[in-house]
Amino acid sequence: MPENNSVHLTIDGRAITVPAGTLLIEACRAVNIEVPCFCYYPNLSVQAACRMCLVEIEKMPKLQTACTVPVAEGMVVRTDTPTVHKARKTTNEFLLTNHPLDCPVCDKGGECELQDMTLTYGTGTGRFDEPKRHRDEQQWSPVVFYDRPRCILCYRCVRVCGEGMDVWALGVGNRAILSTILPNAGDHLECEECGMCIDICPVGALTSGAYRYKTRPWEMKHVGAICTFCGDGCRTTLGVRNDRIIRGDNRDASGINGEFLCIKGRYGFDFTQHAERLKTPLARIDGELKPVSWAQALETVARRWRAIQQQGGRFGVIGSTRALNEESYQLQRLARQVLGTNNIDHHRSADLPTLYDALAGTSATGSAPPLAAAASLKTASAVLLVGGDPTYEHPLLAWNVRWGYRLSGTRLYVLHHREIKLRRQAHRMAVVAEGAEGAAVRYLAGQGGAVAARLSAVGPAEEKRYPQLPPPDPQPISGGLEEFKAELEKESNVVIIFGSELRGDDIRALVALGGRLAGQTRYIGLADHSNSHGAADMGLYPDLLPGYESVSDAAARGRFEALWGARLPAEAGLNQREMAEALDRGELAALYVVGANPLRLDPVNPANLRRSFLVVQDLFLTETAKEADIVLPALAAYEKTGTLTNTCGEVQATRRAAAWPGGKSDLEIIHALARLMGVDFGRPDPDRVFAEIRAHVKGYNVSVVQLAAGRSALAVPLNGAVPHRSAPHLIRSNHDTLFSDGTLGRYSHAINEVMEKRLLLPGQAR
Amino acid sequence: MSVFSPTLDAKLTRLAEAYPQRRSALVPMLLYAQDELGWLTPEAIREIAERLGETELAVRETISYYSMLRTHPVGRYHVQVCTNISCLLRGGEELLQHCRKRLGLEQRDVTPDGVFSIEEVECIGACSWAPALQVNYDFHQNLDPARADQVLAEYRQKA
Repeated sequence: MPENNSVHLTIDGRAITVPAGTLLIEACRAVNIEVPCFCYYPNLSVQAACRMCLVEIEKMPKLQTACTVPVAEGMVVRTDTPTVHKARKTTNEFLLTNHPLDCPVCDKGGECELQDMTLTYGTGTGRFDEPKRHRDEQQWSPVVFYDRPRCILCYRCVRVCGEGMDVWALGVGNRAILSTILPNAGDHLECEECGMCIDICPVGALTSGAYRYKTRPWEMKHVGAICTFCGDGCRTTLGVRNDRIIRGDNRDASGINGEFLCIKGRYGFDFTQHAERLKTPLARIDGELKPVSWAQALETVARRWRAIQQQGGRFGVIGSTRALNEESYQLQRLARQVLGTNNIDHHRSADLPTLYDALAGTSATGSAPPLAAAASLKTASAVLLVGGDPTYEHPLLAWNVRWGYRLSGTRLYVLHHREIKLRRQAHRMAVVAEGAEGAAVRYLAGQGGAVAARLSAVGPAEEKRYPQLPPPDPQPISGGLEEFKAELEKESNVVIIFGSELRGDDIRALVALGGRLAGQTRYIGLADHSNSHGAADMGLYPDLLPGYESVSDAAARGRFEALWGARLPAEAGLNQREMAEALDRGELAALYVVGANPLRLDPVNPANLRRSFLVVQDLFLTETAKEADIVLPALAAYEKTGTLTNTCGEVQATRRAAAWPGGKSDLEIIHALARLMGVDFGRPDPDRVFAEIRAHVKGYNVSVVQLAAGRSALAVPLNGAVPHRSAPHLIRSNHDTLFSDGTLGRYSHAINEVMEKRLLLPGQAR
Repeated sequence: MSVFSPTLDAKLTRLAEAYPQRRSALVPMLLYAQDELGWLTPEAIREIAERLGETELAVRETISYYSMLRTHPVGRYHVQVCTNISCLLRGGEELLQHCRKRLGLEQRDVTPDGVFSIEEVECIGACSWAPALQVNYDFHQNLDPARADQVLAEYRQKA
């Protein structure tokens, strides 16, 4: 008797055992037998359109498509017989009926599945004498082009757009020889512009506006970098030629995102070559910013800082939400050890200290970490989403939630003040008044009274139009949450995702709610940018050292004092807004801004700024940099090596892909400034700094082997209470969409030129 | 606001609930809509998509698959001349050319007054009485040029 869940079969004379329900093509792959295919794509619905995967199965009269047949007990399969070879040859010949043989100019040439299959399985000749049908190429959006004659109608793009992205912007029109892929808006696309259709296309039918006709694939080197935009931490494989990034994709499915990328990860890299990118340091001379040498700029900074120190002036430091962990760590060291101040902060978009504080007080700190990696959403039995809008603000998390819904039967609970798009995957969705999320969470946690809410229509039967029209304003009714609560309480091992709507005590209520649910509840706090989470972990807080330890905790401070051989200030410093206010009053003598644009959030009267010494290091002349006394041109994340921590707390290594001749990395600049101020931070080597982080920052003792292998490692900085001065008004998410990203997003042509940009303004996504 | 008449509106509402899968009602709904409007207007496509919870693209995909579903206007009397085997052997091609000439539709498909339009079609299932043509849903069989003129004249009079 076979075991219940496994099936024994024979493929090409080899006896194999695979789980029941496995598709034959996957069974073949499991034993390294290649069955050629175009339309089959793992984890999308089966199509059986291309007919390339025909195999012989004993007792079946005709050849069968291996991509649709599930394995059966005792099945005997042959993939290497003359009949099969002949079928592949003729199928291949048919696919090439109208396919132009323009491989030498086609973008896909060299990495084309049809080219490979034709070489391996084709005949090398064709019997068709008729002229091939030609159709002109079509431009469907600034980033998507369609070359109709190259299309082999595998439907992969249609399925990934609909099933994977839940956008349904592509379809197939007409019949037979006239069949063609259709975009949803007649002659163009109105969609999320993710480009998944382009990557998944096995031929050169769908090509990218950013990449087409620029190079050949073998002329690039391919570097796995972590996307610098939102906080999800997708790996984007950058194609680089002559130190310039030409392409971003993730066709090799490396990284935590598998094949997924959104428009920002795929096309947003072009900011690195923006015309306004800073090429040299600038110094304010006679009221104007003028180019100066690096030596001059750095020495001026050190000289002014020393003078301010001697006069007893106050310093302030604003860190970056995109800089690498190593850079943020060394920045806070510079602030605390060299400048002697705890006036250090960053643009906060998630109240992580409160989350860790709340978790420390519960039994959740048991065996497994109470944080959820992004991939865990693919297999979670239940997910609770409170606030945030992952579809537009955290596209990978949304992709994973949809994946779970589609393939693992995840039940999604959404609590929100808007009818966000993920309602279509929701098991229950409750709409509450804006700002009432916290009260609703307290109610769900059994801590507060009923909250007016309305259960929303959920499920894919809803209209699938894009863009989503704003639904009518929710009319909350009281009592709507009762059923939501009853359903949620049946769940166990829930993953809770919460947006910036929850902060301070709301998060404590959320953790209380998580504690009431069965099994182990895990959390994901949504933070805006690629290293927002890392900035928090690395201690860019006026009252917290790296690893969420209090600056006033003598033991914790003592460890860092011993490590660096210096005294560190013990009193909590000013937060970002307080620093802006101090600037306005002329009470901050110097402000050092690293990769941030604080004046955008907290404007300061420019006349008052002149009384302080402002140093800004950034890629562009931002609102803040325009007011600076010294501007230092920094490197972009794609030009640096180091680690980043995504919104889930997963640490990943990123690799330098491109170069920018005029710039220096934040790490190099920080080390140079420290040396000029008389403190030697050692070589600006990210590996050395990360070794120190691993040894001394709570939760960061992660496996370097795992990082080097391109995987992520969850950093869990959880250990006791976090005595943090919570400042809910400072949790300010940008609510960026797919087509914006803080200040940096302004400098990518690709994400600004798509028409959808005008339809979706930050915070207004539906 | 529905683009359809109240009667059709009610009928489509019933149809949308008539099948285990809502989208099964798509082709019948398109046919009824086309009968009432003469062709499938963008507004009709949008409304049908909304009624079935489908994308407009999905509706357009289906329309483009079926040659009898139209996304462009035709005349009040849509003349469909069969030129498939049986009709062809019995003068279908000549019949088509004759009708085109008679209606002044050598260079276009719809008369300027919108009364007649013409289309060459595949088999209409009237092989036993070839050659045949179809005007809207009415069949006219065993035709020769003279009889065809008669048929067209009758419709002209009705118009």
